[in-house]
Amino acid sequence: MPAVHLTKSDFDEKVKSGVVMVDFWAEWCGPCKMAAPVIDELADEYSGKVTVAKVDVDGEPELAGKFGVMSIPTVILFKDGNETARQVGFAGKPGYVQLLTKAGVV
Amino acid sequence: MYMDGELVYDVVIIGSGPAGLAAAVYTSRAHMKTLVIAGVKWGGQLMITGDVENYPGFPDGIKGPELMERMRRQAERFGVVIMDDDAMDVQFEKRPFSVKTGRGAAYAGESVIVATGAEAKWLGLPNEQRLIGRGVSSCAPCDAPFFMNKGVAVIGGGDAAMEESVVLTKFASAVTVIHRKDSFRASKIMQDRVLHNDKIKVIWDTEITDVTGEDRVTGLKMKNLKTGEEREMPVEGVFVAIGHSPSTKIFQGKVETDAKGYVKRIKHEKFKMINENGEAIGYEYNTMTSVEGVFVAGDVHDIHYRQAVTAAGYGCQAALEVERWLSNK
Repeated sequence: MPAVHLTKSDFDEKVKSGVVMVDFWAEWCGPCKMAAPVIDELADEYSGKVTVAKVDVDGEPELAGKFGVMSIPTVILFKDGNETARQVGFAGKPGYVQLLTKAGVV
Repeated sequence: MYMDGELVYDVVIIGSGPAGLAAAVYTSRAHMKTLVIAGVKWGGQLMITGDVENYPGFPDGIKGPELMERMRRQAERFGVVIMDDDAMDVQFEKRPFSVKTGRGAAYAGESVIVATGAEAKWLGLPNEQRLIGRGVSSCAPCDAPFFMNKGVAVIGGGDAAMEESVVLTKFASAVTVIHRKDSFRASKIMQDRVLHNDKIKVIWDTEITDVTGEDRVTGLKMKNLKTGEEREMPVEGVFVAIGHSPSTKIFQGKVETDAKGYVKRIKHEKFKMINENGEAIGYEYNTMTSVEGVFVAGDVHDIHYRQAVTAAGYGCQAALEVERWLSNK
């Protein structure tokens, strides 16, 4: 399952239960381009365990502002709607897997 | 690390910036079996650069990441194998050399080109690392849009600091460049863009002592190095552009490096070229490190030029020398 795109109208609904990994990104961001295929891979690999989602900060500045995202890519891990971990800057696949492991998700 | 019977590449290139990928284009076009260990964060410094205006062949400029994607595609076209994996350890004592990666694989090569480049330096302030991604950044092209109508500071005096400042003026309400000295070392064209921009103010002779803020940056503490005066300034963004240091941690003790960690090119006596009158006219290999068969290219050894185009040029030199060395071996 590819990563789902969230907007401010469906963000709360999609994030409120279970484990959701949200990648804040934008078209103009070089490192986000490196992260994109990795995020899609994670969506596939953890399908059923983790919902992997993306937020385009250009389209959704309110969401970026709400979570204090001031650098992208930023990946935030939510558990039942609460932030449990955050990775600022592209960390490579191992970095994101570690984020999930540390949070006890996988 | 290396196991008998595994595939041995003709050349293993460590790094995937302009130096590594230019080298890869040359070695693969010459039908050498080439592996690039690209790094998890592949593409090098241009991946966090906005517009590149001085790379020949792009009269309208090109975005850094796009240039690197093109170089990568160009290398792949000739059959280069590219691993998006980090080199963690190297074995340069006997051939084939081998390189161990973050995912636990080991790759063997008859020769190696070290092209790991350099990475941005941080100021080392008490609250700097804690506030990265919360207002502290080393990448204006990545993060500038988050500072729409906010006050920001850029620390540094080189081309990178100038470029970051100009990029930020498109978003921020005010940009202040803070520099330790009383003049910039940036190129004249970049300095002019800063000094003639109404939105940019410069504070000279001033060192940053800390960045303040709980959840996000609220200001900077600084000290004038000439008067000793200390002051604070409210800003919401701090962009650090104070230069780079070579990415050579895994090569320490494996090849000779200088005091700052840059890999040294070594003139090997055995490769001295003598003309018919018995006079030395140079050396056969100019990009070789202290280890025969291990070559170097790009910012990882270059303290002088540090340009995308010089890095690509060094990559070409190293590739041609690898080819010659392998065929003479």
